[in-house]
Amino acid sequence: MEIKKTSEFSFEIKKAGKMNVPVVVYASENLLEGMKQDITLEQAKNVAMLPGIVKASFVMPDAHQGYGFSIGGVAGFDLEKGIVSPGGVGYDINCGVRVLATDIDVEDFLKKRKKIIKEIYEKIPSGVGEGHKEKISEEVLNEILINGVGWAIENGFGEKEDLERCEEYGKMGGANPKDVSQKALARGKPQVGTLGAGNHFLEIQKVDEILDEKTAKVFGIEKNKIVLMIHCGSRGLGHQVASDYIKLMEREYGFENLPDRELINAPIKSDLGKKYFSAMACAVNYAFCNRQMIMHQIREILKKHFPENKFNLVYDVAHNIAKIEEYFVDGKKRKLCIHRKGATRAFGPSRKELPKIYKKTGQPVILPGSMGTASYILVGTDKSDEISFGSTAHGAGRLMSRNKAISTLNGEKIKKQLEEKNILIEAGSVKGIAEEAPQVYKDIEEVAKVSDKLGIAKKVARLVPLAVIKG
Amino acid sequence: MSYTFLEHTADVKFRATGTTLEEVFTDSAMALKEIVCGNIEISDAVEKEVVVEGKDLEGLLYDFLEEFLVLLDSEDFLLNKIKEIKIDENEFKLRAVVSGDKAEKYKFTNDVKAVTYNDIFVRTEGDKFVAQVVLDV
Repeated sequence: MEIKKTSEFSFEIKKAGKMNVPVVVYASENLLEGMKQDITLEQAKNVAMLPGIVKASFVMPDAHQGYGFSIGGVAGFDLEKGIVSPGGVGYDINCGVRVLATDIDVEDFLKKRKKIIKEIYEKIPSGVGEGHKEKISEEVLNEILINGVGWAIENGFGEKEDLERCEEYGKMGGANPKDVSQKALARGKPQVGTLGAGNHFLEIQKVDEILDEKTAKVFGIEKNKIVLMIHCGSRGLGHQVASDYIKLMEREYGFENLPDRELINAPIKSDLGKKYFSAMACAVNYAFCNRQMIMHQIREILKKHFPENKFNLVYDVAHNIAKIEEYFVDGKKRKLCIHRKGATRAFGPSRKELPKIYKKTGQPVILPGSMGTASYILVGTDKSDEISFGSTAHGAGRLMSRNKAISTLNGEKIKKQLEEKNILIEAGSVKGIAEEAPQVYKDIEEVAKVSDKLGIAKKVARLVPLAVIKG
Repeated sequence: MSYTFLEHTADVKFRATGTTLEEVFTDSAMALKEIVCGNIEISDAVEKEVVVEGKDLEGLLYDFLEEFLVLLDSEDFLLNKIKEIKIDENEFKLRAVVSGDKAEKYKFTNDVKAVTYNDIFVRTEGDKFVAQVVLDV
């Protein structure tokens, strides 16, 4: 495979064979080397073959092998000739991150850390086994699927100001619960407000360094104060929506002509394409609501301990989603269906979608590191509009398989090492700690650097963990 | 009867081998169970019937495994054993009787988000049946 270097941090695989567009990779030499170790780039080439794809099949700096589409892939499709693909969104629809900023001093937090973390761990259910929760009614679930964060706030799980601090204002339009199967609804009912396991986590972090004072001020982030980061998604409901529509699309269109069965798709204009989009929007809203409810409960715990302090949601970003957005392509404004799978929207000041508070700066972008390593807050730019369909990376990206992590790393030992670095950890299992250990992920510093240097999202603040909670 | 886990950067990939299709499907369910709840001991207090239909063997295996994720999320049922299983390999139909228990009684962390079609196959190798599945975790 010929990969041409086009600038310090961009590479191109020329359009060839059945590809409709080239592949554009945004990475350092080092990160590119990592991608060559698995089939990330082959997968990006496969995506370039899909009908109606516009401009390029983009690969973000933290990309790694996925199923069908790679994780860290961005692709935009023409609304007339293009497709929508559940595999291009991912099974965990609207898996995403949010950050709650506070003005609580690190020192003050550390004095109460153990107690607070225990309270949070007991309050927020993982949603499996002992963490199973009471079911809500179908009626309530339907409202959540339509209204997302709006439902949560109306029902006492948050403040009005939280709404505009979520991508899509916490509610994606066009969500019709009728397009969600009974199976998906049944999976979703008991899991509202639950964290889930795997790579999902809660972290209390210290603002370690401010790299852009002016923007940090607008975001409400101050040095040496604590912030809360929440990473989770749409749980079983979203997974079932993906699975259901993959099956329906296979039945309707067959997968014989696809380079990979997981690339199954439907024309955006088709009935099935529209239905998937609606069901996906339901799962998106479920995930937004989920993160809102979790944040609200933790905010209440923190408020109890720090009644004089201030709390503000910085932003909630999705990193597994498909959306209709406008871009200039060859000088003409076009509406496209943008798939972001393991990629974050990174809009700059010129985008009309942004709320008033971020009109001057661009949107906050959250780049979670792996357990025990740094995370970054960045700010979206207009450059991303030009070169990456308004997108950047979504985190560190995996480097080592879970299998290898469990067999070569010792969860207890890692827990100790983290404690030596003054990071407290509460986890459902020791195995889970090994699976998500810092060394199994790519270097977040390098991912943030590439995004910053390319200008698709610029660094604002560096965060380091003080406490981690895993499902 | 056996299954092994293979290398995969982000997810869990396993391969099951057996002398019959029924064995391979049973082993695949046991591999899934191991990822869902590790090696904890589960009682057989609850019995369920599982009926699935597919378009091909891969689709049938996918649906069969997915059923356990659905039962766990929606009915809080944690699989322990496949007690009976019958597969019609011409019509791609499967009927099984499975046993397990209420998940709320156990402590475990289910990491499996979904069964995927990625690299999935069910085929014969010599006189053996082999199945491969990647789980999104």
